[in-house]
Amino acid sequence: MSWRNNNIPLESMREHWRMTGLFRRPIPAAKLTDEMAAVSQQGTRDKRLPSPNGKVVTLSLKLVSWERKMTKEQQSGPRLFRLSGVNCAGCTNKIEAAVNALPGASGARVNLADKTLLIQGNVNVESCVEAVRQAGYGAELLQSSERQQRAEQREQEQRHYRQLLWRSTFALGVGVPLMAWGLITDNVSVNTPAEQLVWGGMGLITLAVLVFCGGHFFSGAWKALRHHNATMDTLVALGTGTAWLFSMMVVLVPHLLPEAARHVYFEASAMIIGLISLGQALEVRARGRTSAAVEKLLELQDSSARVLRDGREVDLPIEQVQAGDQLRVRPGEKIPVDGVVLEGSSLVDEAMLTGEPVPVKKVEGASLAAGTLNKNGSLLFRAEKVGADTRLAQIIEMVKNAQSSRVPIARLADKISSIFVPVVMIIAVVAALVWFNLGPEPRVAHMLVVLTSVLIIACPCALGLATPMSVMVGVGKGAEHGVLVRNGKALQQSCTLDVLVVDKTGTLTEGAPRLTDIDSDGDSDELLQQVASLEQGSEHPLAEAVVTAAQDKQLHLERPTHFEAINAHGVSGVVRGNKVLLGNNKLMAKEGLSLGPWQERAAKLAEAGRTVIYAAVDGKIKGVIAVADPIREDAEAAIIRLKNLGLRIEILTGDNRASAEAVAERLGIDRVHAELLPEDKERIVAELQGKGERVGMVGDGINDAPALARADVGFAIGAGTDVAIESADVTLMRSSLHGVANAIELSRATLRNIKQNLFGAFIYNSLGIPIAAGVLYPVTGLLLSPVIAGAAMAFSSLTVVTNANRLRFFKPSETH
Amino acid sequence: MAIILVNAIGLLIILAVIWWFWLGPKRSAGQLVSSAGKLQILVKDGVYEPDRIRLPAGCAVTLYFRREDPSPCSEWVLFPDLEVSAELALNKATPVEIPEAEPGEYPFNCQMQMYRGTLILE
Repeated sequence: MSWRNNNIPLESMREHWRMTGLFRRPIPAAKLTDEMAAVSQQGTRDKRLPSPNGKVVTLSLKLVSWERKMTKEQQSGPRLFRLSGVNCAGCTNKIEAAVNALPGASGARVNLADKTLLIQGNVNVESCVEAVRQAGYGAELLQSSERQQRAEQREQEQRHYRQLLWRSTFALGVGVPLMAWGLITDNVSVNTPAEQLVWGGMGLITLAVLVFCGGHFFSGAWKALRHHNATMDTLVALGTGTAWLFSMMVVLVPHLLPEAARHVYFEASAMIIGLISLGQALEVRARGRTSAAVEKLLELQDSSARVLRDGREVDLPIEQVQAGDQLRVRPGEKIPVDGVVLEGSSLVDEAMLTGEPVPVKKVEGASLAAGTLNKNGSLLFRAEKVGADTRLAQIIEMVKNAQSSRVPIARLADKISSIFVPVVMIIAVVAALVWFNLGPEPRVAHMLVVLTSVLIIACPCALGLATPMSVMVGVGKGAEHGVLVRNGKALQQSCTLDVLVVDKTGTLTEGAPRLTDIDSDGDSDELLQQVASLEQGSEHPLAEAVVTAAQDKQLHLERPTHFEAINAHGVSGVVRGNKVLLGNNKLMAKEGLSLGPWQERAAKLAEAGRTVIYAAVDGKIKGVIAVADPIREDAEAAIIRLKNLGLRIEILTGDNRASAEAVAERLGIDRVHAELLPEDKERIVAELQGKGERVGMVGDGINDAPALARADVGFAIGAGTDVAIESADVTLMRSSLHGVANAIELSRATLRNIKQNLFGAFIYNSLGIPIAAGVLYPVTGLLLSPVIAGAAMAFSSLTVVTNANRLRFFKPSETH
Repeated sequence: MAIILVNAIGLLIILAVIWWFWLGPKRSAGQLVSSAGKLQILVKDGVYEPDRIRLPAGCAVTLYFRREDPSPCSEWVLFPDLEVSAELALNKATPVEIPEAEPGEYPFNCQMQMYRGTLILE
């Protein structure tokens, strides 16, 4: 048991002693200190001090011991470790036992989902790590929360951005004047010793640029080469290095080259390094924005919670909140963990998780999700899920995983990327040889320009970035709208669906039957009161609808007597001395009651998809009551959106055909599969797939799971069951079919963006490389300058990232 | 003479590229074999070090990626075949949980496939 629970709150103890005057006679300090030490060492809390008033001294020792502990805890604080090698409850017990055995540890708790270990008490980090290691696992101290890590990450990115800008400025500061000199004077040749001296100096300055601003390209290229790998660094290093070496050769031994080829290219080396560094700096900034969605979600996580401990509200770091704790959340505050309301009522804004624009009323028994915003009332709630178990944490995890997953469409780009750099190196050498052997004079200079330009213009980054950047932004954008995509494959398949099969109950309808019609030959409220009184004893879903309707009308319900549930027929009983019967036509026939004109009325209601019940009082039918599962308010608009997206909609339901067809007719759905067993749903999905159609399935229940898993894309809707969410490719946080339409629109927008990026990257490289190789020379009489090639390369990957960022402005077509 | 020399050098470079990057034997230097200690991979200068990691198949393992390259290229590590990915913190060892998997070669790379490595489960 924790020490907190054994004691009276500090303030109340002090108050109590002050009031009773028991502290008037002070205990000698030295004696107290000795005893405190004894208490502390022996862990005895009830040790009595020889004193005229033993009780008081015992209490004061408790107080001192407690304060010491409080101080110690505040000094050391809880420590959080990341564990490795932990995968079952057995591991949890072993680790907790090992750490609890450490002197000073007052509690250890392993969170299996997070793979973290929280240690309370005054223990040093090394002994904790060692204790865990000896238990057979690994542990390392976690210094900060993920949010703090992100902030540090952003800070480092900023530093890197500034560093790149500085490198770029220095390199361009050398390159631009050199290039301007060449353009203005056209004197970049080395023919005299004076020119050799001047250009030699320039060469050394350029070397400084290559080393200080572009050194990482060379070290990266060298390391990659040693690993039989070639990267963008290889191309940049080869391009700039070749240009510099050639220029130095011109400076040092000009007589070895024909006069027309004695041209230096120092400006190209410096400019390329400068432009590529500038492009990278801008890319760092643009890429920071692509992960904005996850950061927004992380910001929803609160860092502390107000927990009720021993009747007091204390602010604790979120890591210390445990399932079962009672927490208080005030108006305007975020809900820190998932839980269930124990007391109070309030409106809670869940838009950040579900995309649902209207705040939801929360009363006793309602569930709360971490990260949502409490609007206007104070709520006391019990923590149900904490740490990595909260829905918010799982959403963040799912989004992060999906953001970095591969999309099948990128397979070709991936293959090309993997061989791209060596292929470009070969093309560059071949092009250079062609110019050297077949080109016009000055052949050597042309060979060098072509070689450098081809190496520099080729951009494997644009190709490699094309898909991941769009997926990152698209998946994040989905999370903002309550659409959680499991992976890139689901995202791609969502936009090519032909058919959407939709489970009726809970998806197209509310999922809770409601009384829709009551038709009687007398006072309908009186009849409702009688039948609702009778139904109080029944547990049938239809009975719940009848009782709720009576309660809504604030009718006073009587306790029935002689209540009897007649299986598959209905119920009977006595209410206020009247014999009341409620049930289907079979019950009425069994009781020998004639349906008369009510039969026609009942038939009309049944046609409209209602379930009809006859009500008889004292041997005479008094009316009919119709119950139906009402269609969701937004279902019709959502179906129209889905149809506009080119999808055919079909209903799958276990319900009777009449009610399913009524719903289908109302919503304009052509095909209904009714009275199905769970395995039938999967079979129907498989049959549709067998016809070559790509099938999406929308469902929320356990029995939908096989069909969700079978479908090309399974959409788990709303607060669906965990099984449904597990089997689904896309989880919709909101209980609305609009979520499906949003998901499909988003997937189409993302795929469009990916295609634009891939197309751009392919076109860029497949046009850029031949142009750099000089195919336009016969027409234009010019070769592409390596400087232009460098600029094009630097901005090609920036263009890809910027285009992916356009997805951030995606808005679903839903109108509220 | 110069023409022959330049062409010969060019052809040699082409052959060297083909041999070094595709045909030549991949050096086994820098392999990391399972041990009781921490399995750390350095992410720096365009390469994972070590870039070939041998581990016993059939058990989950945690690899620690220490990223020292601030460029965004190195920010993510992906194991496409294992559906594992992780965002790597700069100058820190980020644990990446590798689930239990069948014996085989599982490539891992950065988003742009410039950083490349292979996890060998045997």
